[in-house]
Amino acid sequence: MTVDAQPINTRDDIKLSNAQIAWRAAQDIADGAYVNLGIGFPEMVARYQPPGRQAIFHTENGILNFGEAPPPGEEDWDLINAGKKAVTLKPGAAFFHHADSFAMVRGGHLDVAILGAYQVAQNGDLANWRVGAKGVPAVGGAMDLVHGAKQVCVITEHVTKDGKPKLVEACTFPLTGVGCITRVYTSHAVIDIQDDRFVLREKLAAMSLEELQAMTGARLHLDGSVADLVVPQL
Amino acid sequence: MDKTIGSAAEAVSGIENGMTIMIGGFGGSGAPIELIHALIDKGVKNLTVINNNAGNGRIGIAAMIDAGMVKKMICSFPRSSDPRAFTDRYLAGEIELELVPQGTLAERIRAGGAGIPAFYTPTAYGTELANGKPIAEFDGRHYVQERWLKADVAIVKAHLADTYGNLTYNKAGRNFNPLMCMAATRTIAQVSKIVSAGGIDPEHVVTPGIFVDGVVEIPNPQQEEELIRAGVAYA
Repeated sequence: MTVDAQPINTRDDIKLSNAQIAWRAAQDIADGAYVNLGIGFPEMVARYQPPGRQAIFHTENGILNFGEAPPPGEEDWDLINAGKKAVTLKPGAAFFHHADSFAMVRGGHLDVAILGAYQVAQNGDLANWRVGAKGVPAVGGAMDLVHGAKQVCVITEHVTKDGKPKLVEACTFPLTGVGCITRVYTSHAVIDIQDDRFVLREKLAAMSLEELQAMTGARLHLDGSVADLVVPQL
Repeated sequence: MDKTIGSAAEAVSGIENGMTIMIGGFGGSGAPIELIHALIDKGVKNLTVINNNAGNGRIGIAAMIDAGMVKKMICSFPRSSDPRAFTDRYLAGEIELELVPQGTLAERIRAGGAGIPAFYTPTAYGTELANGKPIAEFDGRHYVQERWLKADVAIVKAHLADTYGNLTYNKAGRNFNPLMCMAATRTIAQVSKIVSAGGIDPEHVVTPGIFVDGVVEIPNPQQEEELIRAGVAYA
C-alpha cells in the first residue's frame, strides 16, 4: 500500500521558545531541591525558579550552590561550571572533588537532573551524546547523571529541525542510558514516562490531541485529563 | 622531611617515554600548566595521558599532542573551545582514545588510589561504552564492571602545600587533582606557595601528604583560559 506522504504539521506557529520550556520545567523544582542542569539549554532553567523557592545547583566539577556568571573581566577560571563557563558562589556553597561529586550523582542524592535530548523512547531510554560514528566522541557526565538523580527529566523541542519526532518508540541514536527518563518537557507538551509508555499530562491548548500525536513517534497515552500547557511570555 | 622540589624541570625529570601520566584539572581549572610545559621542554614520547579533556588551543595538553608526545588519551570529553590538536590527530588515526564517562573516570582513578581493582556502576549500562565489560545484577538492577586506573606519575595543581606535601586547592580547581594524587606511583604538585610544616591547619588539608611525593612552588600560575583568550601557543 502506498500512502501519499502528507507533511506533518509540526505546529511551529504555536511552539514554546526554549526559555518557555525551561520556565515550565523550573515550576516543578521544589524549594531546597538539589539540581543538576545539563550544559547548554538546560542551564536556562536556573533563571526561572518560582519566587520563594531556591534550588541548590550542583555542577559535576565540584560545586554545590553556584550562581550566575560574574561580570566580564571578573572571572575566576578556577570557579567554573561543567560547561567551563565562569560562575559565582552563593552563600552556603561547597567545593568537593570529582569522586565526591559523582557520589552525589550515582548515590541518588540529587533530586532532579535536567538534560537535553536527541531522542527519548517510550521506555525512558535517552540518546543525547552522539548521533553517529563520525567525528570525535565525547560523553562527559551524561551517562552518570541519568542514573543518579531521583527524577531525570528532559527538555527539548518536540521534533527535530527537519520535523522528525524526538519522542520515539525506540531510540535509533546511540544510547546515553536505559530506562532512565521520567518526564519530558517539550515545545508543545509535558509528558511522563510510566510503565514504558508516554503519558500526556499537558499540551498547548491551541492544538488538538491528534495534531500532537501526529508529531510524536510513539503512542501518547492518557491517564485522566490533560491540562493546558500554560507559560508566560518571556 | 622536606618534599620541596626546586624547579618545574626538576619536578618532571623522572617522566620517561611510554609512561602513563595523570594530569589534573577540568579544562583549565586546576590544570598544572607550568608542569605540562616543563614536560614538553623535556620532550618525552609515547605517553598515555589521563585527564578529563584532551587539551584546548595550542597550550597545555593540546601542546603536548601537537608535539607528538601522546600515544593515547583516556578522558571523558575530548572537546573544547579549540579542540584542533586532538581532533586532527584522532581523525588521522594518530592518537588512540579511551572514552570514559566522567563519573566512571573519577571513580576508576579513586579505585586505583584506594587499592580496589574493580567496581560496579550503573553508568553506561546498555550503551556502547559498556561493550565487552562484565555485567552483574544487584537487587534487580544491572551494573557494569569497571577497572581501576593507575599511573606512573601524576602531575597536579594545588594552592598551598606544606613541606610534608599536605595540599589545599583553589575553589573548583580541586576536581580530579586529589584523586590523581592517590592513584600514581609518583605524584608531583605545583602549588602557588609552599609553607612550613604546621602552616596549614590540619582541618583544612584536602590531600594528605602521604599521597604526594614532591611539591614545586609556582607563584602566580598561568590560567589556561587566559592563555587561550590571548592566543598563546606553547612550542
